[in-house]
Amino acid sequence: MAYDAKDRDEVMGQVGDLLAPGQTFDSINEDITSVILTKKPPKAWYIGLGISGLLLGVLTVAVMHLLFFGVGVWGINVPVGWGFAIINFVWWIGIGHAGTLISAILFLFRQDWRTSINRFAEAMTLFAVSAAGLFPLLHTGRPWLAYWMFPIPNTLGMWPQFRSPLIWDVFAVTTYATVSAFFWYLGMIPDLATMRDKAKKQVQKVVYGIFAMGWRGSSLHWHRYEVAYMLFAGLATPLVISVHSIVALDFAVSVIPGWHTTIFPPYFVAGAVFSGFAMVLTLVIPVRKLYGMEHLITLRHIDNMCKVMLANGLIVFYGYLNEVFFGWYSAHEYEMYMIWNRMTGPYAWAFWMLIFCNGVVPQMLWMKRIRTNVIAVFFISIIINVGMWLERFVIVVTSLHRDFLPSSWGMYFPTGWDWAIYAGSIGFFFFALFLFIRWIPMIAIFEVKEVSHKGHEVHIEDDEPKNG
Amino acid sequence: MDDKIQNDLYGVAAEYADDAVLLAAVKKAREAGYTVMDAYTPVPVHGLHEALGGKRTKLPLITLAGGVIGTLGGLGLQVWVSAIEYPMNVGGRPWLSWPSFFPVAFECMILGAALATIIGLFAMCKFPLPYHSIFNTPGFERASNDRYFLCVESTDPKFDAKAVRHLLEGTGAEAVSEVEP
Repeated sequence: MAYDAKDRDEVMGQVGDLLAPGQTFDSINEDITSVILTKKPPKAWYIGLGISGLLLGVLTVAVMHLLFFGVGVWGINVPVGWGFAIINFVWWIGIGHAGTLISAILFLFRQDWRTSINRFAEAMTLFAVSAAGLFPLLHTGRPWLAYWMFPIPNTLGMWPQFRSPLIWDVFAVTTYATVSAFFWYLGMIPDLATMRDKAKKQVQKVVYGIFAMGWRGSSLHWHRYEVAYMLFAGLATPLVISVHSIVALDFAVSVIPGWHTTIFPPYFVAGAVFSGFAMVLTLVIPVRKLYGMEHLITLRHIDNMCKVMLANGLIVFYGYLNEVFFGWYSAHEYEMYMIWNRMTGPYAWAFWMLIFCNGVVPQMLWMKRIRTNVIAVFFISIIINVGMWLERFVIVVTSLHRDFLPSSWGMYFPTGWDWAIYAGSIGFFFFALFLFIRWIPMIAIFEVKEVSHKGHEVHIEDDEPKNG
Repeated sequence: MDDKIQNDLYGVAAEYADDAVLLAAVKKAREAGYTVMDAYTPVPVHGLHEALGGKRTKLPLITLAGGVIGTLGGLGLQVWVSAIEYPMNVGGRPWLSWPSFFPVAFECMILGAALATIIGLFAMCKFPLPYHSIFNTPGFERASNDRYFLCVESTDPKFDAKAVRHLLEGTGAEAVSEVEP
């Protein structure tokens, strides 16, 4: 109501722009590199690094405790053998997917608005996948034997079982981590050369110089680079879909009611994108404020990410409805009981909270006023992060805790060590992100320059939603 | 004397403030008959590679080869392990239960193609290459910021430092300088 025409024009104007006006190559260069080379980090950076460092310490202690005493320190038991380890694994790997989506899929669709956020989102992917990888590794109980999952000739004469989705997972996640790391590094090389040329201190010159590989911006370099980047985007796109589909197959290939459904792969992929965009927003909103990057990461970016999030949220919600429908339509005693138990049983609170977080709250994003209000978006994104964690909790725990026979029913109670490792993995993630912000240009410099160079024609074209 | 100096040079480089001026300069230099030259830009400039007479890179073929090797390798590994080396009866499935071999073969394809792409790119660009004569160009640190450079190299059959300098000075360059090897 208190929203007059002037405000509206201001908001619209900002939303329409990928970059604030008046940016030159040099100003973009200076704004992004000075964060690392000349400016002192803001106070919040030290505080954040300190807190996440403490949590990283918690992780170290929790993992050592786990290795010493075994997985019995966790709350897992028959019938719920998967517990936090798998919930957190799926949650983290889902978060990682938005980075690849932003860097690869939006690149293939020629969405210029990806440029200010792709470096950041890819970093998030890498750290999220690392955090994810930790959980199945620890869940094996004896991670020092994890090499048994790889096809390495050994004296036992033993080989992996390639018919198992859990082995597919090993290949999917390691490939994903490797390809994401290379994709990230590839996209960074020209910027590392910029850092090398901009650095004043000898150490910085040498270190950035080593990682820049001798990039000199030659036309030959650029030509091959652009082809390579396009190829990588083309490879990463099916990869990201395959990874979360395979994660979904871990569940769907089993014969557990609540897991054994064909909708799992597409619905997991949509869920991954949903949670990943929520995490990007959670991270980008404070960072752009703290580092004064509002002219590079504009409201237009936030608005667009909200739209992607809303669309994926609807797909996920459709998935929830379908699960209920399948349960009823199957006319199968155990399927029907599972879905009824999920909605009214001892874990009903988790189910209804999940519906609230992922089904109800995101509907606010239909409103442009909400999408362009960074504070509202920040809180919505956190609620979605929580909701997506609950989704995995509901899928893992409610499907397992009431087995086919009532004699093997049980409840799942996570222990302090479960929470410690979960909190520790969040600490690891943020610790890595803080170091990334400190040492690597968090926005792709040359890509933003390209967008600024295309000038106002891009903005005018993109102002209306009808653009192609 | 003049000859000696000329052979001691890597080339003659001109600095431009704008990519359109650079493209015009490239055209002019090509028309003057120079062939061995390269341009250095802070952002990719479309049409520059073609204007310099460059051919399309063969990188996609390397990617394809990597993908094919990855797929066949992944498939071969699974067939050999599951049907020959370590046959195991799982739920009565045949040893050659090929549908379940797809996911891993697919991942191996992506991995092979991606590794081939990055290795191919680095090999083609001769990375890592810490030293290159072009870095001796005065003001070259701005090539990664906001300046565009064109360098006619001394290996060009028509190369003559004075003539090149004269030509480049007439192309709207901000500065023209000799580049030490």
